[in-house]
Amino acid sequence: MDTFLIHLLNSLLYASVLFLIAGGLSLIYGVMRIINLAHGNIYAVGAYATAWAVGRLLGGAPVVLLYAILPVGALAAAALGAVLEPTLLRPLYKRAEEYQLLITFGLLLILEDLIRVVWGPYPLSASSLFEAPGSLTIGETIYPTYNLVVIVVGGLAAAALWAFVYKTKFGVILRATSQNMRMASALGVNVNRVYVQAFTLGCFMAGLGGAIIVPQQGAVLGMGPDALILAFVVVVVGGLGSLEGALLGALMVGVVREVGISLFPEIELAVLYLMAAIVLLIRPAGLFGRA
Amino acid sequence: MIPVPPRRVLVYTIPIALLLFVLPFVVAPYQVALLTYGLTFAIAALGFNLLLGYTGLLSFGHSAYFGMGAYGVAFIVKYFKISSMEAFILGGIVAATAVAALFGFVCVRYTRIFFGILTLALSQVIWSLAFKFFWVTGGTDGLRVPTPSLLGVGMAPGQDKMAFLAHRYYYYVLVIFLVGVAVMWVIVHSPFGKALQAIRDNETRAEFVGVQVRRYRYMAFLVSGVYTGLAGALWVPLNGLTTPDILHWTFSGKIVFFTVLGGFQTFFGPIIGAVVFNYLETYAVGHTVYWQLVLGVVLVFLVLALPGGIVGTAGRVLDRLRKAA
Repeated sequence: MDTFLIHLLNSLLYASVLFLIAGGLSLIYGVMRIINLAHGNIYAVGAYATAWAVGRLLGGAPVVLLYAILPVGALAAAALGAVLEPTLLRPLYKRAEEYQLLITFGLLLILEDLIRVVWGPYPLSASSLFEAPGSLTIGETIYPTYNLVVIVVGGLAAAALWAFVYKTKFGVILRATSQNMRMASALGVNVNRVYVQAFTLGCFMAGLGGAIIVPQQGAVLGMGPDALILAFVVVVVGGLGSLEGALLGALMVGVVREVGISLFPEIELAVLYLMAAIVLLIRPAGLFGRA
Repeated sequence: MIPVPPRRVLVYTIPIALLLFVLPFVVAPYQVALLTYGLTFAIAALGFNLLLGYTGLLSFGHSAYFGMGAYGVAFIVKYFKISSMEAFILGGIVAATAVAALFGFVCVRYTRIFFGILTLALSQVIWSLAFKFFWVTGGTDGLRVPTPSLLGVGMAPGQDKMAFLAHRYYYYVLVIFLVGVAVMWVIVHSPFGKALQAIRDNETRAEFVGVQVRRYRYMAFLVSGVYTGLAGALWVPLNGLTTPDILHWTFSGKIVFFTVLGGFQTFFGPIIGAVVFNYLETYAVGHTVYWQLVLGVVLVFLVLALPGGIVGTAGRVLDRLRKAA
């Protein structure tokens, strides 16, 4: 029973971070019809920015203050998104989608090295935040309390996003633009502004994912493209452009990965990719996707 | 009837082919070896472009076929202890074709973005297997591949490996490359190639004319996989080692990069792109740790400013000069 609970918590932990990354990817696709291959790097920027900020303040600052600067990564990622969309992506909306994919691939290469330029080739860590809350005892094993923080933040982010998209005026405009960009534009929606807002929001989520996981895992080069591929599995399973799908997909990937690591570690990754391929075969648009 | 290239194409290509033949007598062995890398990538790009340029399908999973070509060779060395290049090529092509036949069967049902993601996800399955099954594939250490014998003649005892690669191996690759280009020319100018272009331009109309869209796409996918696998098999003796890096999806991105750099709307674009990319990457890696930054900036610039690639842009400039004259 205790082992089951621990596995469940690990799955939820993983799913929370994946949801933040994949939800942003899906949101951007839903509104702008662009697959952002550099999305994983945005997540990495979030992780690095937070680790850097925590490292700068570490000298004697109270732990509460350190938690207060956790969102720095999310803000940095959002700011990056707000700059990238108008400069690099906007000129390409009228071009074939091959070019959109390619420019985001170019951006992936650029960001990968910019991270190295800014923060150096060595891993950064913010483990003091991970250690500060201590651990809980579950049955006979101990479990880090910080993991629960990540799960709670992931859950809150999902709820906040849902409320934002379905209960606010901005959410209505966002969904209208996503369904029919021309019609929304004809009704007076400033589509360019919605695009930059959606992209920024998507990047904010990815950055938040990076920021909350960095105390637990640290920030290393190459974490971006790895996360991107898993986020792909999530959005493919859940359906591109669907937030509910991203949530369900993240939970499925979280559980399958946790089961895979304990039962068949050699083919854990292969099983995830195969899961995506099988879902695409049965439901090409994903479980929640629109064809 | 086999389509023969028109005279103006032969006027360009024959002197270039002759130049390639005399090159080892003119430039340093290192340069020739570098060009050999470029030619193997060019074969991969040629195969890739049958899908992107002629059938309109953007694959983000061609690393799987390139990598299977390379690992097919490594398995022949490991399990059969053979080091004949002909056996290598056979093994590489068989391995790549088997995977392309399986993946293609699944992927050709989709187009556009879904095709791209599906090819990417499936290629990552191969990568993760190569990565994790280290007792078969050597894991991240990879598998070593010795210098092969060509047409039954091995490397002379005491011969420098670089001299071998820059001379005999170069000619071996060059001949296969030229044959590959000629065969691809025949394919894209045959009725089959025209049908692929019809599918690319308008799937619905192509179907109404009687083209079996899915079957033709599948055949194009297979040919593309065979070319890319052949490229992997020719690449691995040069490198002497195969690692999971060439199976990772970012390598697929590089194959896309070659093709767009040269220009995917032209026949020769991908060849030029692959060779130029190889120089660009070697130069960037040799001069800065930030080589990805250099490549990324080049790619972004290409997409924004020169979407026709090198060959497409050169063609347009030539046309304009001709009109002005």
